[in-house]
Amino acid sequence: MTAIERFDNLGEARDSRIVSATHPIIEKKSKRTAERFLLGLALPLLLGIGWELAVRAGWAEGRLMPPPSRIFLTLYSLAVTGELWIHIGATLARVGAGFALGVIAGTLVGALAGASRLSREILDPSLQGLRSVPSIAWVPLFILWLGIFEESKIALIAVGCFFPIYLGVLAAIQSVDRKTVEVGRVFRLTTPQLVRRILLPAILPAYVVALRQGLGLGWMFVVAAEFMGASEGLGYLLIDGQQLGKPDQIIAAIVTFAILGKITDGLIASSSAPFLTWQDAYAPKH
Amino acid sequence: MLYVESADKTYPNGTRALAGLNLEVEEGEIVAVVGGSGCGKSTFLRLAAGLDQPTRGRIRLDGETITRPNPLVGIIFQEPRLLPWLTVEQNVGFGLADRPRAERERLVREVLERVGLQNYAHCWPRELSGGQAQRVAIARALAPHPKVLLLDEPFSALDAFTRASLHEHLLSLWHAFRPTLVLVTHDVEEASVLADRVLVMQPNPGRIAATIDVDLARPRDRYGTEIEAMKRRVLWALDKSLRRESGEALSPAAAI
Ligand SMILES: Nc1ncnc2c1ncn2[C@@H]1O[C@H](COP(=O)(O)OP(=O)(O)OP(=O)(O)O)[C@@H](O)[C@H]1O
Ligand SMILES: [Mg+2]
Repeated sequence: MTAIERFDNLGEARDSRIVSATHPIIEKKSKRTAERFLLGLALPLLLGIGWELAVRAGWAEGRLMPPPSRIFLTLYSLAVTGELWIHIGATLARVGAGFALGVIAGTLVGALAGASRLSREILDPSLQGLRSVPSIAWVPLFILWLGIFEESKIALIAVGCFFPIYLGVLAAIQSVDRKTVEVGRVFRLTTPQLVRRILLPAILPAYVVALRQGLGLGWMFVVAAEFMGASEGLGYLLIDGQQLGKPDQIIAAIVTFAILGKITDGLIASSSAPFLTWQDAYAPKH
Repeated sequence: MLYVESADKTYPNGTRALAGLNLEVEEGEIVAVVGGSGCGKSTFLRLAAGLDQPTRGRIRLDGETITRPNPLVGIIFQEPRLLPWLTVEQNVGFGLADRPRAERERLVREVLERVGLQNYAHCWPRELSGGQAQRVAIARALAPHPKVLLLDEPFSALDAFTRASLHEHLLSLWHAFRPTLVLVTHDVEEASVLADRVLVMQPNPGRIAATIDVDLARPRDRYGTEIEAMKRRVLWALDKSLRRESGEALSPAAAI
Protein backbone atom coordinates (compact mmCIF):
# COMPACT_ATOMS: atom_id res chain seq x y z
CA MET A 1 0.00 0.00 0.00
CA THR A 2 1.44 3.37 -0.95
CA ALA A 3 1.26 6.35 1.33
CA ILE A 4 -1.44 7.90 -0.83
CA GLU A 5 -3.64 4.83 -0.81
CA ARG A 6 -3.29 4.57 2.92
CA PHE A 7 -4.30 8.19 3.22
CA ASP A 8 -7.36 7.59 1.09
CA ASN A 9 -8.50 4.64 3.17
CA LEU A 10 -8.21 6.77 6.26
CA GLY A 11 -10.43 9.23 4.47
CA GLU A 12 -13.07 6.58 3.75
CA ALA A 13 -13.15 5.46 7.36
CA ARG A 14 -13.72 9.05 8.38
CA ASP A 15 -16.45 9.40 5.74
CA SER A 16 -18.72 6.69 7.11
CA ARG A 17 -18.34 7.97 10.63
CA ILE A 18 -19.35 11.48 9.64
CA VAL A 19 -22.49 10.25 7.91
CA SER A 20 -23.63 8.12 10.83
CA ALA A 21 -22.82 10.85 13.34
CA THR A 22 -25.29 13.39 11.92
CA HIS A 23 -28.23 12.31 14.05
CA PRO A 24 -26.85 12.66 17.57
CA ILE A 25 -25.69 16.13 16.65
CA ILE A 26 -29.23 17.21 15.78
CA GLU A 27 -30.61 15.68 18.99
CA LYS A 28 -28.02 17.47 21.04
CA LYS A 29 -28.93 20.74 19.34
CA SER A 30 -32.66 20.49 20.12
CA LYS A 31 -31.89 19.59 23.72
CA ARG A 32 -29.75 22.69 23.91
CA THR A 33 -32.63 24.75 22.47
CA ALA A 34 -35.03 23.51 25.17
CA GLU A 35 -32.44 24.29 27.82
CA ARG A 36 -32.03 27.81 26.47
CA PHE A 37 -35.79 28.31 26.39
CA LEU A 38 -36.15 27.33 30.07
CA LEU A 39 -33.18 29.48 31.07
CA GLY A 40 -34.69 32.48 29.30
CA LEU A 41 -37.99 31.90 31.11
CA ALA A 42 -36.39 31.72 34.56
CA LEU A 43 -35.90 35.44 35.19
CA PRO A 44 -39.40 36.74 34.30
CA LEU A 45 -40.96 33.79 36.14
CA LEU A 46 -38.91 34.46 39.26
CA LEU A 47 -39.68 38.20 39.22
CA GLY A 48 -43.39 37.51 38.66
CA ILE A 49 -43.65 35.03 41.52
CA GLY A 50 -41.62 37.29 43.78
CA TRP A 51 -43.89 40.28 43.08
CA GLU A 52 -47.01 38.18 43.56
CA LEU A 53 -45.78 36.95 46.95
CA ALA A 54 -44.72 40.46 47.97
CA VAL A 55 -48.15 41.90 47.23
CA ARG A 56 -49.98 39.00 48.91
CA ALA A 57 -47.81 39.27 52.01
CA GLY A 58 -48.63 42.95 52.17
CA TRP A 59 -45.03 44.14 51.71
CA ALA A 60 -46.01 46.03 48.58
CA GLU A 61 -49.22 47.69 47.57
CA GLY A 62 -49.48 46.63 43.94
CA ARG A 63 -51.82 49.42 42.88
CA LEU A 64 -49.56 50.97 40.24
CA MET A 65 -47.80 47.68 39.46
CA PRO A 66 -50.44 44.98 39.77
CA PRO A 67 -49.28 41.42 40.53
CA PRO A 68 -49.37 38.78 37.77
CA SER A 69 -52.60 37.23 39.04
CA ARG A 70 -54.51 40.51 38.52
CA ILE A 71 -53.04 40.95 35.06
CA PHE A 72 -54.09 37.44 34.09
CA LEU A 73 -57.53 38.08 35.51
CA THR A 74 -57.84 41.25 33.46
CA LEU A 75 -56.66 39.41 30.35
CA TYR A 76 -59.09 36.63 31.08
CA SER A 77 -62.09 38.88 31.51
CA LEU A 78 -61.17 40.83 28.36
CA ALA A 79 -60.97 37.50 26.57
CA VAL A 80 -64.31 36.11 27.75
CA THR A 81 -66.20 39.28 26.90
CA GLY A 82 -64.65 38.98 23.43
CA GLU A 83 -63.21 42.48 23.69
CA LEU A 84 -59.62 41.27 23.62
CA TRP A 85 -60.10 39.50 20.28
CA ILE A 86 -61.58 42.59 18.70
CA HIS A 87 -58.57 44.64 19.79
CA ILE A 88 -56.12 41.97 18.69
CA GLY A 89 -57.93 41.62 15.37
CA ALA A 90 -57.84 45.37 14.71
CA THR A 91 -54.15 45.67 15.54
CA LEU A 92 -53.18 42.56 13.58
CA ALA A 93 -55.10 43.80 10.53
CA ARG A 94 -53.26 47.14 10.66
CA VAL A 95 -49.85 45.58 11.13
CA GLY A 96 -50.63 43.01 8.45
CA ALA A 97 -51.74 45.56 5.87
CA GLY A 98 -48.93 48.02 6.65
CA PHE A 99 -46.30 45.29 6.70
CA ALA A 100 -47.54 43.84 3.40
CA LEU A 101 -47.38 47.25 1.71
CA GLY A 102 -43.95 47.96 3.21
CA VAL A 103 -42.62 44.57 2.12
CA ILE A 104 -43.87 44.93 -1.44
CA ALA A 105 -42.56 48.47 -1.86
CA GLY A 106 -39.28 47.81 -0.02
CA THR A 107 -38.57 44.65 -1.99
CA LEU A 108 -39.36 46.18 -5.38
CA VAL A 109 -37.47 49.41 -4.83
CA GLY A 110 -34.55 47.58 -3.18
CA ALA A 111 -34.35 45.12 -6.07
CA LEU A 112 -34.48 47.94 -8.60
CA ALA A 113 -31.74 49.88 -6.85
CA GLY A 114 -29.66 46.72 -6.49
CA ALA A 115 -30.11 45.69 -10.10
CA SER A 116 -28.93 48.83 -11.84
CA ARG A 117 -26.41 51.43 -10.88
CA LEU A 118 -28.32 54.20 -12.59
CA SER A 119 -31.52 53.59 -10.64
CA ARG A 120 -29.50 53.24 -7.44
CA GLU A 121 -27.80 56.58 -8.01
CA ILE A 122 -31.16 58.19 -8.69
CA LEU A 123 -33.11 56.57 -5.84
CA ASP A 124 -30.73 55.96 -3.00
CA PRO A 125 -29.78 59.52 -2.00
CA SER A 126 -33.42 60.62 -1.72
CA LEU A 127 -34.42 57.51 0.18
CA GLN A 128 -31.50 57.89 2.57
CA GLY A 129 -32.61 61.46 3.17
CA LEU A 130 -36.19 60.41 3.85
CA ARG A 131 -34.97 57.64 6.09
CA SER A 132 -33.38 60.13 8.46
CA VAL A 133 -36.79 61.72 9.06
CA PRO A 134 -38.23 60.18 12.26
CA SER A 135 -41.23 58.31 10.91
CA ILE A 136 -43.58 59.72 13.54
CA ALA A 137 -42.99 63.11 11.92
CA TRP A 138 -45.11 61.90 9.01
CA VAL A 139 -48.18 61.55 11.20
CA PRO A 140 -49.62 65.06 10.77
CA LEU A 141 -49.13 64.90 7.03
CA PHE A 142 -50.69 61.45 6.72
CA ILE A 143 -53.66 62.59 8.76
CA LEU A 144 -54.13 65.59 6.49
CA TRP A 145 -53.79 63.48 3.37
CA LEU A 146 -55.55 60.31 4.40
CA GLY A 147 -57.79 61.22 7.30
CA ILE A 148 -57.67 59.89 10.83
CA PHE A 149 -59.05 56.46 10.06
CA GLU A 150 -57.36 53.29 8.87
CA GLU A 151 -55.53 54.67 5.82
CA SER A 152 -53.21 57.00 7.69
CA LYS A 153 -52.41 54.33 10.27
CA ILE A 154 -51.57 51.75 7.65
CA ALA A 155 -49.47 54.28 5.75
CA LEU A 156 -47.42 55.04 8.86
CA ILE A 157 -46.79 51.35 9.53
CA ALA A 158 -45.90 50.78 5.88
CA VAL A 159 -43.33 53.59 6.00
CA GLY A 160 -41.83 52.07 9.13
CA CYS A 161 -41.52 48.64 7.49
CA PHE A 162 -40.30 49.99 4.16
CA PHE A 163 -36.86 51.27 5.14
CA PRO A 164 -35.29 48.24 6.80
CA ILE A 165 -36.57 46.06 3.97
CA TYR A 166 -35.37 48.41 1.24
CA LEU A 167 -31.94 48.67 2.87
CA GLY A 168 -31.72 44.95 3.52
CA VAL A 169 -32.56 43.99 -0.05
CA LEU A 170 -30.17 46.55 -1.52
CA ALA A 171 -27.29 45.55 0.76
CA ALA A 172 -27.95 41.85 0.15
CA ILE A 173 -27.86 42.28 -3.63
CA GLN A 174 -24.70 44.37 -3.46
CA SER A 175 -22.91 41.85 -1.31
CA VAL A 176 -23.53 38.86 -3.59
CA ASP A 177 -20.07 37.50 -4.33
CA ARG A 178 -18.89 38.21 -7.87
CA LYS A 179 -17.12 34.85 -7.76
CA THR A 180 -20.37 33.01 -7.14
CA VAL A 181 -22.03 34.83 -10.03
CA GLU A 182 -19.11 33.75 -12.21
CA VAL A 183 -19.95 30.11 -11.47
CA GLY A 184 -23.32 30.82 -13.04
CA ARG A 185 -21.64 32.34 -16.07
CA VAL A 186 -19.36 29.33 -16.49
CA PHE A 187 -22.46 27.12 -16.71
CA ARG A 188 -24.06 29.57 -19.16
CA LEU A 189 -27.10 30.52 -17.11
CA THR A 190 -29.49 32.99 -18.70
CA THR A 191 -30.38 36.09 -16.68
CA PRO A 192 -33.64 34.65 -15.28
CA GLN A 193 -31.81 31.43 -14.39
CA LEU A 194 -29.04 33.44 -12.75
CA VAL A 195 -31.62 35.27 -10.64
CA ARG A 196 -33.47 32.11 -9.66
CA ARG A 197 -30.54 29.77 -9.11
CA ILE A 198 -27.91 32.12 -7.69
CA LEU A 199 -29.11 35.59 -6.72
CA LEU A 200 -32.33 34.65 -4.88
CA PRO A 201 -30.80 31.93 -2.71
CA ALA A 202 -27.78 34.13 -2.04
CA ILE A 203 -29.84 37.04 -0.72
CA LEU A 204 -32.45 34.99 1.13
CA PRO A 205 -30.75 34.96 4.56
CA ALA A 206 -30.32 38.73 4.57
CA TYR A 207 -33.87 39.15 3.26
CA VAL A 208 -35.31 37.16 6.15
CA VAL A 209 -33.39 39.33 8.60
CA ALA A 210 -34.73 42.44 6.87
CA LEU A 211 -38.30 41.12 7.03
CA ARG A 212 -37.96 40.45 10.74
CA GLN A 213 -36.57 43.93 11.35
CA GLY A 214 -39.37 45.43 9.27
CA LEU A 215 -41.99 43.54 11.21
CA GLY A 216 -40.44 44.65 14.49
CA LEU A 217 -40.75 48.27 13.38
CA GLY A 218 -44.29 47.54 12.19
CA TRP A 219 -45.24 46.56 15.74
CA MET A 220 -43.59 49.69 17.04
CA PHE A 221 -45.44 51.95 14.65
CA VAL A 222 -48.83 50.37 15.17
CA VAL A 223 -48.76 51.66 18.74
CA ALA A 224 -47.93 55.15 17.54
CA ALA A 225 -50.66 54.89 14.93
CA GLU A 226 -53.24 53.76 17.46
CA PHE A 227 -52.25 56.53 19.85
CA MET A 228 -53.36 59.06 17.26
CA GLY A 229 -56.96 58.15 17.79
CA ALA A 230 -58.53 54.74 17.54
CA SER A 231 -61.57 53.14 19.07
CA GLU A 232 -60.17 49.67 19.01
CA GLY A 233 -56.79 47.99 18.95
CA LEU A 234 -54.19 47.15 21.57
CA GLY A 235 -52.84 50.71 21.41
CA TYR A 236 -56.32 51.94 22.28
CA LEU A 237 -56.33 49.58 25.28
CA LEU A 238 -53.11 51.23 26.44
CA ILE A 239 -54.48 54.76 26.19
CA ASP A 240 -57.78 53.72 27.69
CA GLY A 241 -56.00 52.08 30.62
CA GLN A 242 -54.03 55.24 31.22
CA GLN A 243 -57.06 57.51 31.10
CA LEU A 244 -59.13 55.31 33.36
CA GLY A 245 -56.21 54.59 35.70
CA LYS A 246 -56.17 50.85 35.03
CA PRO A 247 -52.52 49.76 35.11
CA ASP A 248 -53.55 46.10 34.89
CA GLN A 249 -55.16 46.79 31.51
CA ILE A 250 -52.02 48.59 30.31
CA ILE A 251 -49.80 45.72 31.33
CA ALA A 252 -52.24 43.20 29.86
CA ALA A 253 -51.97 45.04 26.53
CA ILE A 254 -48.17 45.14 26.78
CA VAL A 255 -48.06 41.41 27.47
CA THR A 256 -50.31 40.80 24.45
CA PHE A 257 -48.01 42.91 22.29
CA ALA A 258 -45.02 40.91 23.45
CA ILE A 259 -46.74 37.60 22.74
CA LEU A 260 -48.02 38.66 19.31
CA GLY A 261 -44.64 40.14 18.34
CA LYS A 262 -42.86 36.98 19.34
CA ILE A 263 -45.36 34.75 17.52
CA THR A 264 -45.32 36.70 14.25
CA ASP A 265 -41.52 36.92 14.33
CA GLY A 266 -41.37 33.19 14.99
CA LEU A 267 -43.67 32.60 12.03
CA ILE A 268 -41.27 34.36 9.66
CA ALA A 269 -38.31 32.57 11.19
CA SER A 270 -39.83 29.12 11.08
CA SER A 271 -41.37 29.46 7.63
CA SER A 272 -38.00 30.48 6.19
CA ALA A 273 -36.04 27.90 8.19
CA PRO A 274 -36.48 25.01 5.72
CA PHE A 275 -34.82 27.16 3.05
CA LEU A 276 -31.92 28.15 5.28
CA THR A 277 -30.74 24.85 6.75
CA TRP A 278 -27.63 25.18 4.58
CA GLN A 279 -26.44 28.20 6.51
CA ASP A 280 -23.37 27.82 8.62
CA ALA A 281 -24.62 30.02 11.42
CA TYR A 282 -28.22 28.90 11.37
CA ALA A 283 -29.38 27.22 14.57
CA PRO A 284 -32.84 25.58 14.29
CA LYS A 285 -35.56 27.04 16.49
CA HIS A 286 -38.15 24.43 17.40
CA MET B 1 -7.49 20.76 -30.24
CA LEU B 2 -7.15 24.02 -28.37
CA TYR B 3 -5.45 26.76 -30.40
CA VAL B 4 -4.30 30.06 -28.98
CA GLU B 5 -3.46 32.39 -31.84
CA SER B 6 -1.34 35.42 -30.90
CA ALA B 7 -3.67 36.36 -28.09
CA ASP B 8 -3.16 39.75 -26.43
CA LYS B 9 -4.91 40.94 -23.31
CA THR B 10 -4.57 44.51 -22.15
CA TYR B 11 -6.76 45.45 -19.18
CA PRO B 12 -8.63 48.77 -19.21
CA ASN B 13 -6.08 50.17 -16.75
CA GLY B 14 -3.30 49.57 -19.30
CA THR B 15 -1.75 46.41 -17.82
CA ARG B 16 -0.49 44.15 -20.60
CA ALA B 17 -1.36 40.82 -19.03
CA LEU B 18 -0.69 38.78 -22.19
CA ALA B 19 1.18 39.63 -25.36
CA GLY B 20 1.26 37.43 -28.43
CA LEU B 21 0.49 34.15 -26.74
CA ASN B 22 0.69 31.21 -29.16
CA LEU B 23 -0.12 27.69 -28.08
CA GLU B 24 -1.47 24.41 -29.38
CA VAL B 25 -2.79 21.87 -26.94
CA GLU B 26 -3.65 18.42 -28.29
CA GLU B 27 -6.75 16.52 -27.34
CA GLY B 28 -6.22 14.64 -24.08
CA GLU B 29 -2.92 16.38 -23.36
CA ILE B 30 -2.04 17.60 -19.88
CA VAL B 31 -0.31 20.97 -19.95
CA ALA B 32 1.02 22.66 -16.83
CA VAL B 33 1.58 26.42 -16.78
CA VAL B 34 4.08 27.81 -14.26
CA GLY B 35 5.46 31.30 -13.80
CA GLY B 36 5.97 34.10 -11.33
CA SER B 37 3.10 36.03 -9.85
CA GLY B 38 1.32 38.36 -12.26
CA CYS B 39 2.59 36.84 -15.50
CA GLY B 40 -0.92 36.34 -16.87
CA LYS B 41 -1.64 32.70 -16.07
CA SER B 42 -5.12 33.37 -14.68
CA THR B 43 -5.78 35.82 -17.48
CA PHE B 44 -5.01 33.10 -20.03
CA LEU B 45 -7.39 30.64 -18.37
CA ARG B 46 -10.16 33.23 -18.17
CA LEU B 47 -9.80 33.87 -21.90
CA ALA B 48 -9.88 30.15 -22.65
CA ALA B 49 -12.96 29.75 -20.47
CA GLY B 50 -14.73 32.54 -22.35
CA LEU B 51 -15.10 34.64 -19.18
CA ASP B 52 -13.06 37.45 -20.77
CA GLN B 53 -12.26 38.50 -24.33
CA PRO B 54 -8.75 38.80 -25.75
CA THR B 55 -7.89 42.32 -26.88
CA ARG B 56 -6.33 40.83 -30.04
CA GLY B 57 -5.93 37.35 -31.50
CA ARG B 58 -8.24 34.50 -30.67
CA ILE B 59 -8.63 31.17 -28.95
CA ARG B 60 -10.24 28.33 -30.86
CA LEU B 61 -11.54 24.96 -29.77
CA ASP B 62 -11.94 22.51 -32.66
CA GLY B 63 -12.13 25.41 -35.10
CA GLU B 64 -14.73 27.36 -33.15
CA THR B 65 -13.63 30.70 -31.67
CA ILE B 66 -14.33 31.00 -27.96
CA THR B 67 -16.15 34.24 -27.19
CA ARG B 68 -18.22 33.15 -24.19
CA PRO B 69 -18.42 30.20 -21.78
CA ASN B 70 -18.65 27.01 -23.75
CA PRO B 71 -20.21 23.70 -22.67
CA LEU B 72 -17.09 21.89 -23.84
CA VAL B 73 -14.80 23.88 -21.54
CA GLY B 74 -14.86 23.52 -17.77
CA ILE B 75 -12.92 25.61 -15.28
CA ILE B 76 -11.90 25.02 -11.67
CA PHE B 77 -10.90 28.06 -9.66
CA GLN B 78 -8.42 28.41 -6.86
CA GLU B 79 -11.29 28.32 -4.35
CA PRO B 80 -13.96 25.63 -4.65
CA ARG B 81 -16.75 28.23 -5.15
CA LEU B 82 -19.43 25.73 -4.16
CA LEU B 83 -22.93 27.14 -3.76
CA PRO B 84 -23.57 26.89 -0.02
CA TRP B 85 -27.34 26.44 -0.41
CA LEU B 86 -26.97 23.29 -2.50
CA THR B 87 -25.96 19.86 -1.24
CA VAL B 88 -22.83 18.22 -2.62
CA GLU B 89 -24.96 16.27 -5.06
CA GLN B 90 -26.84 19.36 -6.26
CA ASN B 91 -23.59 21.29 -6.61
CA VAL B 92 -22.10 18.56 -8.77
CA GLY B 93 -25.26 18.49 -10.89
CA PHE B 94 -25.39 22.29 -11.21
CA GLY B 95 -24.28 22.32 -14.83
CA LEU B 96 -26.59 19.45 -15.79
CA ALA B 97 -29.94 21.16 -15.24
CA ASP B 98 -30.96 20.71 -18.87
CA ARG B 99 -30.37 16.93 -18.88
CA PRO B 100 -33.11 14.40 -18.11
CA ARG B 101 -33.22 13.55 -14.45
CA ALA B 102 -32.08 9.93 -14.74
CA GLU B 103 -29.05 10.92 -16.79
CA ARG B 104 -28.21 13.72 -14.40
CA GLU B 105 -28.33 11.40 -11.42
CA ARG B 106 -26.16 8.84 -13.17
CA LEU B 107 -23.52 11.41 -14.16
CA VAL B 108 -23.43 12.87 -10.65
CA ARG B 109 -23.12 9.44 -9.02
CA GLU B 110 -20.38 8.39 -11.41
CA VAL B 111 -18.21 11.44 -10.90
CA LEU B 112 -18.75 11.54 -7.12
CA GLU B 113 -17.51 7.96 -6.95
CA ARG B 114 -14.46 8.97 -8.96
CA VAL B 115 -13.51 11.60 -6.41
CA GLY B 116 -14.36 9.26 -3.53
CA LEU B 117 -17.22 11.31 -2.08
CA GLN B 118 -20.25 9.08 -2.75
CA ASN B 119 -21.02 9.04 0.99
CA TYR B 120 -21.17 12.82 1.06
CA ALA B 121 -23.84 13.29 -1.61
CA HIS B 122 -26.32 14.78 0.85
CA CYS B 123 -23.89 16.88 2.90
CA TRP B 124 -23.81 20.67 2.83
CA PRO B 125 -20.63 22.37 1.63
CA ARG B 126 -20.06 23.73 5.15
CA GLU B 127 -19.65 20.15 6.36
CA LEU B 128 -16.68 19.48 4.06
CA SER B 129 -12.96 19.88 4.61
CA GLY B 130 -10.99 22.06 2.21
CA GLY B 131 -9.76 19.09 0.22
CA GLN B 132 -13.20 17.53 0.00
CA ALA B 133 -14.71 20.84 -1.15
CA GLN B 134 -12.09 21.08 -3.88
CA ARG B 135 -12.90 17.50 -4.93
CA VAL B 136 -16.56 18.50 -5.23
CA ALA B 137 -15.51 21.47 -7.38
CA ILE B 138 -13.54 19.12 -9.64
CA ALA B 139 -16.52 16.78 -9.83
CA ARG B 140 -18.84 19.68 -10.70
CA ALA B 141 -16.60 20.80 -13.54
CA LEU B 142 -16.21 17.24 -14.83
CA ALA B 143 -19.82 16.05 -14.51
CA PRO B 144 -20.88 17.41 -17.95
CA HIS B 145 -17.81 15.67 -19.48
CA PRO B 146 -16.11 18.77 -20.93
CA LYS B 147 -13.43 18.21 -23.53
CA VAL B 148 -11.16 20.79 -21.94
CA LEU B 149 -10.70 21.35 -18.23
CA LEU B 150 -8.91 24.49 -17.06
CA LEU B 151 -7.53 24.46 -13.53
CA ASP B 152 -6.28 27.65 -11.85
CA GLU B 153 -4.05 26.65 -8.94
CA PRO B 154 -6.78 24.34 -7.69
CA PHE B 155 -4.69 22.67 -5.00
CA SER B 156 -2.58 25.56 -3.75
CA ALA B 157 -4.56 26.08 -0.54
CA LEU B 158 -4.12 22.45 0.53
CA ASP B 159 -1.44 20.61 2.49
CA ALA B 160 1.07 18.48 0.60
CA PHE B 161 -0.55 15.20 1.60
CA THR B 162 -4.07 16.17 0.50
CA ARG B 163 -2.61 17.62 -2.65
CA ALA B 164 -0.89 14.33 -3.52
CA SER B 165 -4.16 12.48 -2.98
CA LEU B 166 -6.01 14.93 -5.23
CA HIS B 167 -3.39 14.43 -7.94
CA GLU B 168 -4.33 10.76 -7.92
CA HIS B 169 -8.04 11.62 -8.12
CA LEU B 170 -7.41 13.98 -11.00
CA LEU B 171 -5.33 11.41 -12.89
CA SER B 172 -7.97 8.75 -12.36
CA LEU B 173 -10.57 11.13 -13.82
CA TRP B 174 -8.25 11.86 -16.70
CA HIS B 175 -7.78 8.14 -17.40
CA ALA B 176 -11.54 7.67 -17.38
CA PHE B 177 -12.63 10.60 -19.58
CA ARG B 178 -9.41 11.78 -21.26
CA PRO B 179 -10.17 15.50 -21.12
CA THR B 180 -7.55 18.02 -22.18
CA LEU B 181 -6.16 19.54 -18.99
CA VAL B 182 -4.55 22.97 -18.65
CA LEU B 183 -3.26 23.30 -15.11
CA VAL B 184 -1.89 26.54 -13.71
CA THR B 185 0.30 25.84 -10.70
CA HIS B 186 2.98 27.28 -8.47
CA ASP B 187 4.18 23.83 -7.55
CA VAL B 188 6.97 22.42 -9.75
CA GLU B 189 6.41 18.95 -8.34
CA GLU B 190 2.73 19.09 -9.28
CA ALA B 191 3.71 20.16 -12.81
CA SER B 192 6.31 17.40 -13.15
CA VAL B 193 4.09 14.63 -11.79
CA LEU B 194 1.00 15.48 -13.79
CA ALA B 195 1.93 17.17 -17.04
CA ASP B 196 2.93 16.02 -20.51
CA ARG B 197 4.31 19.49 -21.10
CA VAL B 198 5.27 22.38 -18.84
CA LEU B 199 4.99 25.97 -20.07
CA VAL B 200 7.07 28.53 -18.24
CA MET B 201 5.60 32.02 -18.43
CA GLN B 202 7.25 35.37 -17.95
CA PRO B 203 5.62 38.70 -17.03
CA ASN B 204 5.64 42.27 -18.43
CA PRO B 205 4.11 41.51 -20.82
CA GLY B 206 2.90 37.97 -20.11
CA ARG B 207 4.27 35.41 -22.58
CA ILE B 208 5.71 31.92 -22.78
CA ALA B 209 9.41 31.86 -21.91
CA ALA B 210 10.10 28.14 -22.26
CA THR B 211 8.40 24.84 -23.01
CA ILE B 212 9.58 21.62 -21.37
CA ASP B 213 8.34 18.21 -22.55
CA VAL B 214 7.88 15.72 -19.77
CA ASP B 215 8.48 12.36 -21.46
CA LEU B 216 7.95 10.17 -18.44
CA ALA B 217 5.75 7.08 -18.40
CA ARG B 218 2.72 6.94 -16.10
CA PRO B 219 2.19 6.12 -13.32
CA ARG B 220 5.01 8.32 -12.12
CA ASP B 221 6.76 8.00 -8.80
CA ARG B 222 6.82 11.46 -7.27
CA TYR B 223 9.82 10.52 -5.12
CA GLY B 224 11.77 8.97 -8.03
CA THR B 225 14.95 10.38 -9.52
CA GLU B 226 13.29 11.19 -12.88
CA ILE B 227 10.73 13.49 -11.27
CA GLU B 228 13.52 14.99 -9.19
CA ALA B 229 15.47 15.79 -12.36
CA MET B 230 12.37 17.18 -14.06
CA LYS B 231 11.66 19.46 -11.10
CA ARG B 232 15.20 20.79 -11.35
CA ARG B 233 14.77 21.48 -15.06
CA VAL B 234 11.54 23.37 -14.52
CA LEU B 235 12.99 25.33 -11.62
CA TRP B 236 16.01 26.20 -13.70
CA ALA B 237 13.81 27.47 -16.57
CA LEU B 238 11.72 29.48 -14.10
CA ASP B 239 14.84 30.93 -12.58
CA LYS B 240 16.14 31.93 -15.99
CA SER B 241 12.85 33.55 -16.99
CA LEU B 242 12.78 35.57 -13.79
CA ARG B 243 16.42 36.57 -14.10
CA ARG B 244 15.82 37.73 -17.64
CA GLU B 245 12.98 39.86 -16.43
CA SER B 246 14.65 41.54 -13.50
CA GLY B 247 18.20 41.49 -14.86
CA GLU B 248 19.65 39.97 -11.72
CA ALA B 249 20.03 36.63 -10.05
CA LEU B 250 16.96 35.75 -8.04
CA SER B 251 16.19 32.63 -6.16
CA PRO B 252 13.20 31.14 -7.99
CA ALA B 253 11.66 30.25 -4.66
CA ALA B 254 11.26 33.95 -3.94
CA ALA B 255 8.92 34.31 -6.88
CA ILE B 256 6.83 31.25 -6.22
N1 LIG C 1 -9.25 42.74 -13.76
C1 LIG C 1 -8.01 43.25 -13.92
N2 LIG C 1 -7.85 44.56 -14.17
C2 LIG C 1 -6.61 45.08 -14.33
N3 LIG C 1 -5.48 44.37 -14.26
C3 LIG C 1 -5.57 43.07 -14.02
C4 LIG C 1 -6.84 42.43 -13.82
N4 LIG C 1 -6.62 41.12 -13.58
C5 LIG C 1 -5.29 40.96 -13.64
N5 LIG C 1 -4.65 42.11 -13.90
C6 LIG C 1 -3.19 42.29 -14.07
O1 LIG C 1 -2.77 41.45 -15.11
C7 LIG C 1 -1.55 40.84 -14.79
C8 LIG C 1 -1.70 39.33 -14.87
O2 LIG C 1 -2.63 38.91 -13.89
P1 LIG C 1 -3.01 37.40 -13.66
O3 LIG C 1 -4.06 37.34 -12.64
O4 LIG C 1 -3.30 36.77 -14.97
O5 LIG C 1 -1.63 36.83 -13.08
P2 LIG C 1 -1.26 35.37 -12.60
O6 LIG C 1 -0.17 34.87 -13.44
O7 LIG C 1 -2.46 34.53 -12.50
O8 LIG C 1 -0.68 35.67 -11.14
P3 LIG C 1 -0.78 34.79 -9.82
O9 LIG C 1 0.22 33.71 -9.98
O10 LIG C 1 -0.38 35.75 -8.76
O11 LIG C 1 -2.18 34.32 -9.71
C9 LIG C 1 -1.17 41.33 -13.41
O12 LIG C 1 -0.22 42.34 -13.56
C10 LIG C 1 -2.44 41.87 -12.83
O13 LIG C 1 -2.16 42.99 -12.02
MG1 LIG D 1 -3.62 33.71 -10.86
